[in-house]
Amino acid sequence: MVGIKSIGLHVPVYRLSRDTLANAWQTRSLGGERAVAGHDEDSLTMAVNASHHCVSMGNGNASIQGVFFTSTSSPYKEKQVAATVAATLDLTANTYTADITGSLRGATIAMNLAMGLAKGGLAENVIITASDCRLGMPQSDNEQRFGDAAAAVMMGNSNLIAEVTASYSIYDEFIDHWRFDNDVFVKSWEERFTISEGYMRVVKRSVTEFLANESLRPSDFAKVILCGPDPRSQVGLAKALGFDPKAQLQDPLFAGIGHAGTAEPLIMLAAALEKAKAGDRILFTAYGDGSDLFVFEVTKDIKRIHEGLGLERQLARRQAINYEKYLSWRNLLPIGLPRRPDPEMRSVASRWRERKRILALYGGKCRNCGTVQYPPQRVCVGCGKKDDFDEYTFIGRKARIFTFATDRLSPTKAPPAMNVFVEFERGGRMIAELTDCAPEKLEIGMPVEMTFRKMHQSDEMYDYFWKARPIVKGKNDEIRRRT
Amino acid sequence: MKGIKDKVAIVGMGCTHFGELWDKSVEDLIVDAAYEAFEDAGIEAKDIQAAWLGTVQSGLTAISLSAPLKLQYLPVTRVENMCCTGTEAVRAAAYAVAAGVYDVVLALGVEKLKDTGWMGVQSANIVGETSLGIAGGKPEFSAPEMFARLAVKYFERYGIDFDQGKKLLAKIVKKSHHNGAMNPKAHYQREITEEQVLKAPIVAYPLGILDCCGVSDGAAAAILTRADMAKKFRTDPIYIKALSVSTGAHQELREDYDYTHLEENVRSAEMAYKEAGIKDPRKELNIAEVHDCFSIHEMLLYEDLGWSPRGKAKEDIEAGTFTHEGDLPVNTDGGLKCFGHPLGASGLRMLYEVYKQLQEKAGPRQVKNPHLGLTHNLGGIVPGACIGACSIVGN
Repeated sequence: MVGIKSIGLHVPVYRLSRDTLANAWQTRSLGGERAVAGHDEDSLTMAVNASHHCVSMGNGNASIQGVFFTSTSSPYKEKQVAATVAATLDLTANTYTADITGSLRGATIAMNLAMGLAKGGLAENVIITASDCRLGMPQSDNEQRFGDAAAAVMMGNSNLIAEVTASYSIYDEFIDHWRFDNDVFVKSWEERFTISEGYMRVVKRSVTEFLANESLRPSDFAKVILCGPDPRSQVGLAKALGFDPKAQLQDPLFAGIGHAGTAEPLIMLAAALEKAKAGDRILFTAYGDGSDLFVFEVTKDIKRIHEGLGLERQLARRQAINYEKYLSWRNLLPIGLPRRPDPEMRSVASRWRERKRILALYGGKCRNCGTVQYPPQRVCVGCGKKDDFDEYTFIGRKARIFTFATDRLSPTKAPPAMNVFVEFERGGRMIAELTDCAPEKLEIGMPVEMTFRKMHQSDEMYDYFWKARPIVKGKNDEIRRRT
Repeated sequence: MKGIKDKVAIVGMGCTHFGELWDKSVEDLIVDAAYEAFEDAGIEAKDIQAAWLGTVQSGLTAISLSAPLKLQYLPVTRVENMCCTGTEAVRAAAYAVAAGVYDVVLALGVEKLKDTGWMGVQSANIVGETSLGIAGGKPEFSAPEMFARLAVKYFERYGIDFDQGKKLLAKIVKKSHHNGAMNPKAHYQREITEEQVLKAPIVAYPLGILDCCGVSDGAAAAILTRADMAKKFRTDPIYIKALSVSTGAHQELREDYDYTHLEENVRSAEMAYKEAGIKDPRKELNIAEVHDCFSIHEMLLYEDLGWSPRGKAKEDIEAGTFTHEGDLPVNTDGGLKCFGHPLGASGLRMLYEVYKQLQEKAGPRQVKNPHLGLTHNLGGIVPGACIGACSIVGN
């Protein structure tokens, strides 16, 4: 028995209205809004946050044996992102890691590989994280269509929320969207052709063959997920295949997020699972250079994610931004930052030395006096004892703002910069940058959580680290006072 | 511990005009400050036996001092301790004299900040890292932001709302500008109203641009000698009563830290009062120059230095205790607020004001009959990685 154990999401808080884009260029609006990664986010950071969200709803990180990262917009052309994700999860060195890039079907390609590893007994509990931050050419429909987001699923053999009862896969050499080595923007062929001869033909064929092979009919499914370039063609395809679009077709969340690239299938799956009941059967398809199909049967453990997933909360937590911000955040519009000293030179060597502190947010807890401290110290700040600490990670711990300030002098693409000094539940204090928060909302006592972000980028390296952000209110969000 | 009290005297001082000195180099500033001090002490450069240069970023070695002054083959040393650098140069010089190694020495602080083209000053990575190859994974912030965090917490702790807090800070700023307007060496020499302070654009909430000190170029210098030789140089030498430095070690990580004071300030003052034999600083001190890099820090210092009870600085601000006419005039020369803060020079610039006041040579700013004065600096990353320094001098 193989299937999904938990699922997590990261939807950036920023939204760009499609009317804004249409007004900027005097073009037609596709309606609704698209998600935009913050100035400090990219496909890597969103993947890390989605993975941690996924793990927080599973059984912790103790038994994770594999990490797959998939994206068409990895911040690295050479350098694996899955290893970074694994390091933030503090996974052991014998964890199997891989990046799967190039295809919008990357998430389901990774799921097939993970199922193979699980069935072969090579790796149990594999995280698949899909994340994209694709760029459509300014003024193009793609600019309106694409949305930035990430999702993650954990696959394994036990404690499943949805079991894979059948799967099918075809490849199809077809060029609809592509990007050359040096391209910034996604290129697309004329869509009358790409939709009818690409998406519709390929997915229709694979679904038809799959249902015939498995002796299943459209009416056997509570939900069908037909990932595709736009909502309208998904409705058309559902009808052509004999599904009832109103009752069965999963909404692609186009109005609130946009097409999230490799993350799109997993986001739709999360949306479907959030509403699913035990016993439901879901047909899940992904499209890109072919098509992958899965039949899921939802188990009674599905109750676990109903509380924590929070897709609606993530969608409700939104801050509208203007087009200029979007362009500058994506490095499409140069801006004049305050005249301040050049950033200090980052060193790969010193970063490597501090990798546990930086990526897995490790501090120390003094064995003698119990003081929790970050960054890790050799000599205890509380009692002065030397080298007598237990490692202590702050990941997943909530905190409250002890004091804060804004900063209009420090250069940032989202002024004002904000810093907070926080106190963690169960001890520990830290100065942190605050993100995803309007400055007027800042107040002492505000609950925050840690989120993985890009601090700075030099010619030499990305400086990824953790920041604080306000907690989206919901169930189980009470912060335990230090005892 | 015997301490430094009454072992060393200051017999000459010099201080340049502070400001955006586009037509002056670091060397010009050094020569101007040093030669004013030589003249004031009635000596020549050749009389100097050893020298200490305090600078944070305007020269890497002691040669930055020996070359412009042609201090050929003398023992010269550069010292650095962030914003306490100037005071550290005095401390090193005073201890060498007190040890009997030298009789006549020079301590000089200089900084040229305005050639960089930056706004503000550079934030330094102070703890455990060089600036050439940092690991990253740390928040970045400016100097006003660090102090703004103290203001937010202080206001919350003592129930002071934003408007009320801003008004209290504005009174401090107005006071400093009132003093600075009487000082021909200050960078800013004009009065400012509370209204102007309140309306100034926010730099780091709740601090506005006028809550921040200026960024300037400048230098200041002192000639030190043995106390028993001081009268050979002049009839009115000033005697060192105490010199203190207190260096922090991650105080902010301790769970009992309240974020409304800086322990380095408290400890450096306690050390200095003890060394000088001062029991009641508010009564015994006649004048003080404190590190008012940001208005909120001057407010906290009234408490940290033991003059106002905790949470009661507000009452003393409203009563005018620290104005020129008050019980304990603070920053009579205009402070960092009007002088700006050329890092290595500031400690010596403060000492220059106290020296002139004790000699009754402060012109329109003269405080009535002063005998004991204090200077104070605070540098570093606030809170937790700071250096506090005090000097106390008397006539």
